[in-house]
Amino acid sequence: MPQRILLGDEAVALGAVHAGISTAYAYPGTPSTEILEYLLDHHERQGGPHAAWCANEKTAYEEALGTCFAGRRSIVCMKHVGLNVAADPFVNSALVSMHGGLVVAVADDPGMHSSQNEQDSRWYADFARVPCLEPATQQEAYDMTREAYDVSERFGVPVMLRLVTRLSHSRTNVIVGEPRGENELHKAPKADTWVLLPGNARRQWSSLVARQKDILAWSEASRWNLLNLRPGRRLGVITTGIARNYYRENARAMKDEPSHLHIGTYPIPEAQVRALAAHCDEILVLEDGYPYVERMMRGLLPQKLRIMGRMSGELPPTGELSPEIVRAALGLPALPVLDLDGMLLPNRPPQLCQGCPHGHSYSSLKEALEGMNATMVTADIGCYTLGALPPYSSIESCVCMGASIGMAKGAAEAGFENVVAVIGDGTFLHSGTASLADAAAADTPMTVLILDNQATAMTGVQDPLIASSRLQAIVLGLGVKPEHFIIVDAHPRKVHETAEVLKREILHRGLSVVIAVRECKQATRKHARIPEAVAS
Amino acid sequence: MKYDIVLCGVGGQGVLSMAALIGRAAVVEGLNAKQSEVHGMAQRGGAVQAHLRLSDEVIESDLIPRGAADLVLSLEPVEALRYVSWLCPTGTLVSSANALVNIPNYPDTEGILARIRALPHSCVIEAERLADEAGDLLAVNTVMVGAASRLLPMKHESLEHSVHQTFSRKGERVLHVNLAAFASGRKAFQ
Ligand code: SF4
Repeated sequence: MPQRILLGDEAVALGAVHAGISTAYAYPGTPSTEILEYLLDHHERQGGPHAAWCANEKTAYEEALGTCFAGRRSIVCMKHVGLNVAADPFVNSALVSMHGGLVVAVADDPGMHSSQNEQDSRWYADFARVPCLEPATQQEAYDMTREAYDVSERFGVPVMLRLVTRLSHSRTNVIVGEPRGENELHKAPKADTWVLLPGNARRQWSSLVARQKDILAWSEASRWNLLNLRPGRRLGVITTGIARNYYRENARAMKDEPSHLHIGTYPIPEAQVRALAAHCDEILVLEDGYPYVERMMRGLLPQKLRIMGRMSGELPPTGELSPEIVRAALGLPALPVLDLDGMLLPNRPPQLCQGCPHGHSYSSLKEALEGMNATMVTADIGCYTLGALPPYSSIESCVCMGASIGMAKGAAEAGFENVVAVIGDGTFLHSGTASLADAAAADTPMTVLILDNQATAMTGVQDPLIASSRLQAIVLGLGVKPEHFIIVDAHPRKVHETAEVLKREILHRGLSVVIAVRECKQATRKHARIPEAVAS
Repeated sequence: MKYDIVLCGVGGQGVLSMAALIGRAAVVEGLNAKQSEVHGMAQRGGAVQAHLRLSDEVIESDLIPRGAADLVLSLEPVEALRYVSWLCPTGTLVSSANALVNIPNYPDTEGILARIRALPHSCVIEAERLADEAGDLLAVNTVMVGAASRLLPMKHESLEHSVHQTFSRKGERVLHVNLAAFASGRKAFQ
């Protein structure tokens, strides 16, 4: 059978292609970005399925939903926090009667390698009452993605595929199967199953709740859950997703192999958990992310069974799992390691590339704010978040996509005088326009500094949806006064000039928008096809 | 047989190109391989590592356990020391001698190199000089893979084949430079 060497993300992408998707949509976000990157490349080389970056995760989700509304299959991909943005369509789409399969591939980031939190998407699947599959290997990522489409169409619900960083970004051999064709275009057999007016929604919600027992029965019988009861052992181990790899890596060193349940599908296969519990005195729960299974098992009432995991201290309460952490939790001695006799090495945090236009903008901003009282600089998510670190130390907040503008408005209205919101062009389009409309309507005394580097740079330099020239029309269209709308060049020689502009606009007692334009260095290289240069 | 390699350096130096060269050769030899990579924020000039696991059996964990790596292969000396605790007692650290100073508190390079040389099994390679002599400073990755070829559990012909596969489409000169870089790295390893 044909084999490919694929990242976990790429295995999902190819699984979706082979499941016969017609469309794929996403907003870039580490560690999920490579799913759509692969699909875009696939489209370029093979002419299908349709694949596109979208303005944000919500628009991506709704576009995918439209494909399913037309009876065809679609995939929508995002990082874990992206699902917060897409939560509205996600939760509500569980209520329609899906006749074209929808897979929501969500990549969680335990340990927060590139994220502001480590939320666990399995709770979201539970909240929306939809099935979730969690691959442990790249092969499972491929196979489960294919299967997820059948599950979606069988139960008429979207299906979540939960990934984590270490699977998304690890590559190995994957055996691939025969591709399936696309679905025929067809409308929903019953139109009112897609119109969530209260009367219909009540019926659809009851139907979704009634289907839960069938969904559970599917999960109980799934081949992705493996129960291995060992005679005479009192310890049981539950693993989910990639925790199984760390467990197996270490289990060889154990004298007696414990009984083991691996969970690959949700809702949690309850009967198998009960069978394991009946067989053991104590159970260690290994899962990368929140203690989801562990917390369900603990419940509220006291029980005889001893449950061990993140909540009881056998595993750290936060952060990602690793082979070492699992080893210790299994009671195995640590492997001997060489150490450097206390020698301390300096950290090397990420930093802006040499000559990055954001650096020049921050120099201007620093100069503009010098000597002003009651200043506050809110910021957003992108390469420019690195402006929080020395040598710039220019920004004071980074919370979620688009928060800079709304937070600046609130801070200004609370009484801070000289407030600046720093946001990139991609983030502005993702979720900054609505709050700018708020600020324009109130003419709040604040300055929005849009850093227009003409790329979504942090996630690997994706092209912008909207050219710089059109950003201007959007800002003015939202009601920003033309006399307080200024475009500057983020050129190193214009640092002082821009500082003067910023100073004047910050002192203006109303809303100003300044766009600092200059292309990201890596985008310039990408377009010229020169290899990436070393940052320094 | 299992052979675990931690590859490291600074974002943008080309840690993943080293991994790709070795990974291709492993495929030629019919070995199983798993390669865990760092994407995203750290790639912007921060500390970067990749784990490459080779085996003729099933590979479970995508990450190499601390204390289990047979080789730490580094493009930068401070980064090399950062992953010393991954080495198993018989493991070897192979590092480029060339410091990449992009932080204000970068330590004394000679002290760092001395610490590397004091490890039970280590080798420091003048990677930039060798790459330059081979004809292109960008070939440091290939020099380092050449040095590692003395230790890797595969025929050096397979690695050379991998260099061919990787660089032949970039033209005769680039291929020639990289073959020379590979050979000089291999010769420099002691
Ligand atoms: S990738 Fe672009 S935006 Fe990001 S730091 Fe480098 S030059 Fe700046």
